[in-house]
Amino acid sequence: MSPLHPAAPVRPPAARLDVENLSLQFGGVKALDGIDLNVAPGSITALIGPNGAGKTSAFNSISGFYKPKTGTVRLDGEDITAVPARDRAKLGLARTFQNIALFRGMTVLDNIKLGRHAHLTAGVFDAFLYWGKAKREEMELRAEVERDVIDFLELDHIRNVPVAILPYGLQKKVELARALAMRPRILMLDEPVAGMNREETEDMARAILDVREEWGVTVLLVEHDMGMVMDISDHVCVLNFGRRIAAGTPEEVRNNPDVIKAYLGSSGDPRRAAEGHAPVGEVA
Amino acid sequence: MRVGTAKESYAADEGLFKTDTQKVWFGLLMAGLLLFPLNGSNYWMFLAVLVMINVISTTGLNILTGYTGQVSLGHAAFMAVGAYTVAFFDGRFDTPVLLNLVLAGAVAAGIGYLVGLPSLRIKGLYLAIATLAASVILGFVFLNWTPVTGGLRGLNVPTATIAGIELATPDRLYWLVMPICVVMVLAAKNLFRTRVGRAFIAIRDRDISAEIIGISLFKYKLMSFAISSFYAGVAGGLWAYLFRVVTPESFPALASIFFLAAVIVGGAGTIVGGIFGAVFMTLIPEFLKLSATALVPWFPDASIYLAPVRNIIFGLLIIGFLIFEPMGLAEMWRRTRRYFALWPFRT
Ligand SMILES: Nc1ncnc2c1ncn2[C@@H]1O[C@H](COP(=O)(O)OP(=O)(O)OP(=O)(O)O)[C@@H](O)[C@H]1O
Ligand SMILES: [Mg+2]
Repeated sequence: MSPLHPAAPVRPPAARLDVENLSLQFGGVKALDGIDLNVAPGSITALIGPNGAGKTSAFNSISGFYKPKTGTVRLDGEDITAVPARDRAKLGLARTFQNIALFRGMTVLDNIKLGRHAHLTAGVFDAFLYWGKAKREEMELRAEVERDVIDFLELDHIRNVPVAILPYGLQKKVELARALAMRPRILMLDEPVAGMNREETEDMARAILDVREEWGVTVLLVEHDMGMVMDISDHVCVLNFGRRIAAGTPEEVRNNPDVIKAYLGSSGDPRRAAEGHAPVGEVA
Repeated sequence: MRVGTAKESYAADEGLFKTDTQKVWFGLLMAGLLLFPLNGSNYWMFLAVLVMINVISTTGLNILTGYTGQVSLGHAAFMAVGAYTVAFFDGRFDTPVLLNLVLAGAVAAGIGYLVGLPSLRIKGLYLAIATLAASVILGFVFLNWTPVTGGLRGLNVPTATIAGIELATPDRLYWLVMPICVVMVLAAKNLFRTRVGRAFIAIRDRDISAEIIGISLFKYKLMSFAISSFYAGVAGGLWAYLFRVVTPESFPALASIFFLAAVIVGGAGTIVGGIFGAVFMTLIPEFLKLSATALVPWFPDASIYLAPVRNIIFGLLIIGFLIFEPMGLAEMWRRTRRYFALWPFRT
């Protein structure tokens, strides 16, 4: 390995995320109604709740995509509520989307490289000549992406395939890869295993655990697959109708009467789900 | 997908040309460009220069429309800006040719940046109309800013003179236009090997998640407009040296459609596509004209009657392409190459 590429991936320290009193409204619909959420550094925290509970809305507010009506978002104690979405990427906030949001006309490799955009600095003149900084950066990027992301997630065989023709499960994995290329300090995954079969789900769950282990990042995930949530999370936060109804360890949450009621009233019982009868999340 | 290209290193895989076949094709093209002037025909040299000017301009529009997804109906107006800039500086101050061309690109880029501003609020058809409106406004300026543009009569352009050599005829201009064309096309290809080009494509493919991975839509949309206009400006400047006169009629709105058609027929979002499109759109009408002339010995009135038919055939060819090869000539080229690479096996 050339001296340009140190053997160990750059490991940014895991971040802590604190959300306070977050509210968001769409016309008359209160998508979020004063929720609090604390994500400890290096933890895997799950945000769960029935359909329409406001999980994706919370993600969109945290990533700066929606402007919340009230509330603050703190990353490592620093208030980032007013930071525009594109600048949060640089702070180490990376996410995936419930509806896959890959760049369909590009290959897997280019999609992943795009994740690093905010960390690169070559300007347009270097780019035209493919000289100096542009060339150096691209070479380093390629080597890093190959080693830290493509090998890690076993995407070698599809790196030059256009993402549009990949099956759904692989597209989800490529989205995770792109988020990893962002060198996240906190990784937000919106339904990473929705629409996947058992085997793909286990594969993804292992990948998430490995990411936390080897990259040392904090993971915040939204998921309907209760089996997976109970298996891998350290901490669970439950939303219903835009309000937080419970938070705690998987065990505590599973036995919380409010949670049971919320799930019985909608798509299923989290206790039953945890035994392998996961309510099927929406695919799109 | 070709599998037989195991790479020794990432450097090779990130190269300008990824396979040996590509390198060979590029070598052949360069040899062709160097040997072409041997044909000695002024007519062919004129066409070659015109084709290369259109290649530069089409590549510019391809960056904006094919790669960044911003449809422009005002591209020809930026060529006009470049042409007027060259006419103005060379005519008024006798500044060096290369400087004039850089100025042509820079002025067009500046105006293109401004014209791109609406793209931050509007998209698709609405943006296309806004760019059309901008080109109408520019046309108005060309017509009425008489002290600078010469008004209705336009400006005459001096002969391009480099190191005392007058590039008065197409066979000499060729040696100015050809290297510029090669350099600008290669530069465009380089652009899409880097973060800047990827950001453009990201905006085209899905502008919401582009922002979330840290791409500033503001910065890159305007940059794409500016680069695209720079290419148009340089092409327009070269055009001015070829035709030696610039008037408000030189770049009608129809010319913008011409370049858009070239991008689409050639294959939007690929560099070779821009080349093919420009060659096709420039040469097919000439080819049809020659065919009509060739019929004269048998049908003395052929050129009179075939003139309108020519336009119809040209239009039908374009429509045919859109229907049968919506990915453009570049896709046909890709399949042809694949066919020969795997010959004699059929796929
Ligand atoms: N862009 C929007 N415009 C209007 N209403 C919206 C919008 N996005 C979400 N909502 C509403 O806000 C509420 C919360 O939606 P959200 O998508 O956050 O739920 P969710 O918990 O992610 O659900 P799911 O599990 O189905 O993904 C719902 O009532 C939804 O209809
Ligand atoms: Mg959701």
